[in-house]
Amino acid sequence: MDTTVRLTVDGTEHDVLVDTRTTLLDALRERVGATAPKKGCDHGQCGSCTVLLDGRRHLTCLALAVAHDGAEVVTADGLADGDDLHPVQQAFLDHEGYQCGYCTPGQVCSVVGMLREAEDGDASHVTEDLETEPDLSDEEIRERMSGNLCRCGAYAGILAATRQAAGQQGSEQGATA
Amino acid sequence: MKELTYVRAADAAEAVAAVSADEHATFLGGGTNLVDHLKLGIATPTTLVDVSRLATDEVGPADGPSGPVLRIGAGVRNSDLAAHPLVRSRWPAVARALLAGASGQIRHQATTGGNLLQRTRCVYFQDVTTPCNKREPGSGCSALEGYGRYNALLGASEDCVAVHPSDLAVALVAVDAVVVVLGPDGERRVPVADLHRLPGSHPERDTVLAHGELVTAVELPMTDLTRRSTYVKTRDRASYAFALVSVAVAVELAEDGTLADLRIAWGGVAHKPWRAEAAEALLRGRVPDEELVRQAVDAELGDARPGPDNAYKVAMLRGATALALRDVTAPLAEGASA
Repeated sequence: MDTTVRLTVDGTEHDVLVDTRTTLLDALRERVGATAPKKGCDHGQCGSCTVLLDGRRHLTCLALAVAHDGAEVVTADGLADGDDLHPVQQAFLDHEGYQCGYCTPGQVCSVVGMLREAEDGDASHVTEDLETEPDLSDEEIRERMSGNLCRCGAYAGILAATRQAAGQQGSEQGATA
Repeated sequence: MKELTYVRAADAAEAVAAVSADEHATFLGGGTNLVDHLKLGIATPTTLVDVSRLATDEVGPADGPSGPVLRIGAGVRNSDLAAHPLVRSRWPAVARALLAGASGQIRHQATTGGNLLQRTRCVYFQDVTTPCNKREPGSGCSALEGYGRYNALLGASEDCVAVHPSDLAVALVAVDAVVVVLGPDGERRVPVADLHRLPGSHPERDTVLAHGELVTAVELPMTDLTRRSTYVKTRDRASYAFALVSVAVAVELAEDGTLADLRIAWGGVAHKPWRAEAAEALLRGRVPDEELVRQAVDAELGDARPGPDNAYKVAMLRGATALALRDVTAPLAEGASA
């Protein structure tokens, strides 16, 4: 069963014909040509397909495109303003938060979304007091980014990049743990 | 994946009518579990009835049939529910269980109703090349003689030893939550403690819901018991993994430090969230020191016979239950009495 869905991807509207079974990830990559979100595990376990969907970080491999007609999607590509990188992208460069780079677009989108959640005062699994604003400690960053896996093990750089993007001066000691 | 017809329902009644009328139709909510199962060939519906855009995304105080409740629409996203100020202050076990589940991305996608209806992560259920009575009734249970580390301790049958995976459901049992269900004949209410089934000879049926019945809301009774509540989860890695065992507790403390009342629910031990009433009975009116908690856990386990692969869960339950009770019986922080 084919259906046309409208997706706004990195600021541009696309009317895309998809089979009902098409995931949002496949629609983005194969139909729209937005290849920043990567197909890693394709089962929601690795986070490499993460985009910002209607402003929040979201997996695209476990979402059917047909169920997201009208969605606004920002991929890692759409975060930059022309040649000016988003502060999170710049931080990844500054701290070498990548090795092969396959998971990087998802990591970057996830950090952007996660910093918004923290700004809103959302707690995490490691937040001790649910009723006070959490500080973005290294432990908090690690927990909040646990949905994004990196097989190269670039976590130390990702942690440092996230800390920089959050405008924090965390302990260097934490970056190696 | 088989060909699929997609229908977006305008309201809950239309969704119920659409699924009731077609035995091969199923509801699609957040889709985190269902879309995966479509890919793996575990679920083979021919029609998806999308309920993700029904107006069921509100959280707020309401009047339930037995008194004031916090009413949570079934479409409320897990991240929104965990962030809700009332849930954080009055039902910390619920907030903690949500935050212990999945990842930041998945919590934005998963819904309250869908979370309760997620299916087991038993490795054989997830692998269509192996026999599994839950996936294909009558085909056999590969977990009985196979990889047994995740198997149930309580309530299992000769046909199924799988455990229910939801964190939220365990916390909801400990706070006496009720699900509101809409079916072809109208609305009914089911305590979350009675929603999920033990496997018996029909492990393919996870819940007491009939085909076409839709969870539209969850109601949390407004009681003082839930302020002192928490959720402790143990898993193979620090984050983003299902529970090996988990414990939700809610207590009312008497002035002398004894447990005037309490609720204990366990996850990871049975085909359903396990309300530990024998353990509660032993602890009620007493001060929960470690030895007493150990006795209470053992009383609840009764004649459970763990196998060599899952025996570790017994020790883990003792420890996690003691930890949870220690947390909720500690003095509340200054200013936390709002």
